[in-house]
Amino acid sequence: MEKFDVVIVGAGLAGLSAAYTLARAGVEVVVIERGDYPGAKNVTGGRLYVNPVRQYLPDIWEEAPLERHVTNELLTMMSSENSTTIRFRSEKFNRPPYQSYTVLRGTFDRWLASKAEAEGAMLVTKNLVDDVIKENGRVIGVVAGGEELGADVVIACDGVLSLIAEKAGLRSPGDPRNYAVGLKEVIELPRETLEDRFGLTGDEGVAQLFMGSLTQGCFGGGFLYTNKSSISLGMVVGVKDLMEKKPQVEVPYLLEEFKQRPEIAPLIKGGELVEYSAHVIPEGGMAGLTTLFSDGLLVAGDAAGFSLNMGITVRGMEFAIASGVIAARAVQQARERNDFSAASLACYQQMLEQSFVLQDFKTFRHAPQFLENPRLFSFYPEFADRILEEVFTFGEGPKAKLSDTVRKHLSFGEAWRIARDLWGGLKI
Amino acid sequence: MSERPSLKAKLGVNVFKPDKTKHINIRPGCEKDPRLKVAVQVCPAGLYSLNDRGEVELDIDGCLECGTCRIACGPEVLDWNYPNGESGVQFRFG
Repeated sequence: MEKFDVVIVGAGLAGLSAAYTLARAGVEVVVIERGDYPGAKNVTGGRLYVNPVRQYLPDIWEEAPLERHVTNELLTMMSSENSTTIRFRSEKFNRPPYQSYTVLRGTFDRWLASKAEAEGAMLVTKNLVDDVIKENGRVIGVVAGGEELGADVVIACDGVLSLIAEKAGLRSPGDPRNYAVGLKEVIELPRETLEDRFGLTGDEGVAQLFMGSLTQGCFGGGFLYTNKSSISLGMVVGVKDLMEKKPQVEVPYLLEEFKQRPEIAPLIKGGELVEYSAHVIPEGGMAGLTTLFSDGLLVAGDAAGFSLNMGITVRGMEFAIASGVIAARAVQQARERNDFSAASLACYQQMLEQSFVLQDFKTFRHAPQFLENPRLFSFYPEFADRILEEVFTFGEGPKAKLSDTVRKHLSFGEAWRIARDLWGGLKI
Repeated sequence: MSERPSLKAKLGVNVFKPDKTKHINIRPGCEKDPRLKVAVQVCPAGLYSLNDRGEVELDIDGCLECGTCRIACGPEVLDWNYPNGESGVQFRFG
């Protein structure tokens, strides 16, 4: 059996960040990827916040193939016929170093892989890792394409389902409550058209989030990101809500209806659909995390459940990069001890706890519970839209006072529920 | 035009490489299992459908490998694997 210091399963952000870090430290590392190239099986909604991860992958961000830096943050609440949008633009977001970029994984992951390879990491694509090899309860390698590969440590970065962590006995198949499904279209538009349509200069970009009637009461929302010469348009819906939804709906048609909204249709008009993708997203917060390490095995990125819904934004990619780098650091420490047991690899969890990864998970531990509130996805967007509709509508008779308008749509019971929801929101 | 063909056309813009075997299979005897029926709602590619015998059918062509059916239905009703290397969807944009 051929043996490496470290075998990494999956060339996504976690796997490649781990490989880059280990190869830089002179560790013999191989990344096994089932896609034809890194990124071939990977999907993002489309935005990466660079600040949290800048220090984890030093010196490489200057040349990273990112799309547009986000200067315009839009939040749209939709009801069946109305919508209310808050548009926040900051010149601060338009000065380098930029805080967030839109991104396409097809380009980004290939580039990150080339950086890892340049540091000496080995990349094997087109190979599915079938299983882990265990000896006396500890992981000593993997089986890929019928061949056995040995390793001191295996790092499972095989994405949200992590069949590797499951086969190693670290997790059970996911609970639908802890997952959402994301659907996305990439729609190409000439660069100039796109910039004119969204009012952008140079590489400025837009990030727009939508909540309300588009998910028909289910947990979730829509998103729109501008890339250099394309738009990433999609939505995220909680799996459990979708399963239990009455009347039933087939999720692809939620996206079709969203696209036909008058708020969206003109933005994508004349564009060419070049890809339709989908992916499960871990959204369970602390409850959705797997066991992070065992004898000879570490789990990082989506595989570990490192994705967090913070209400306004779902973050996964920064956690993937950071947890991959931290896993690599844990392996380096274990190598110094020449001890790859669970006890030795436990430093992975300790380092995660000291990093923004598990600290954010701790800070936002109440977020999943708060976001479960179906009123966020139906009542509030509708309420805002209805009030504004009255404010902007002028009929034949005398116009009512604003307070009367609000009171008309707000019973005492509703006001009380709003206060309670606010209180829940303040805990986040 | 009905909505279903538009979904197939949408999937048609993706790059797919055929696999030697079907990577997701409905476990024998589970075709009418209520746990399986939700697959029709949750599959972003619309690959699951209910036939007139009340059984769920799966047409694997166009699978986006998103994992939603495995999460929603569970491995007791679905024998769920990733496609072999060099097979399945190859996202160019992602």
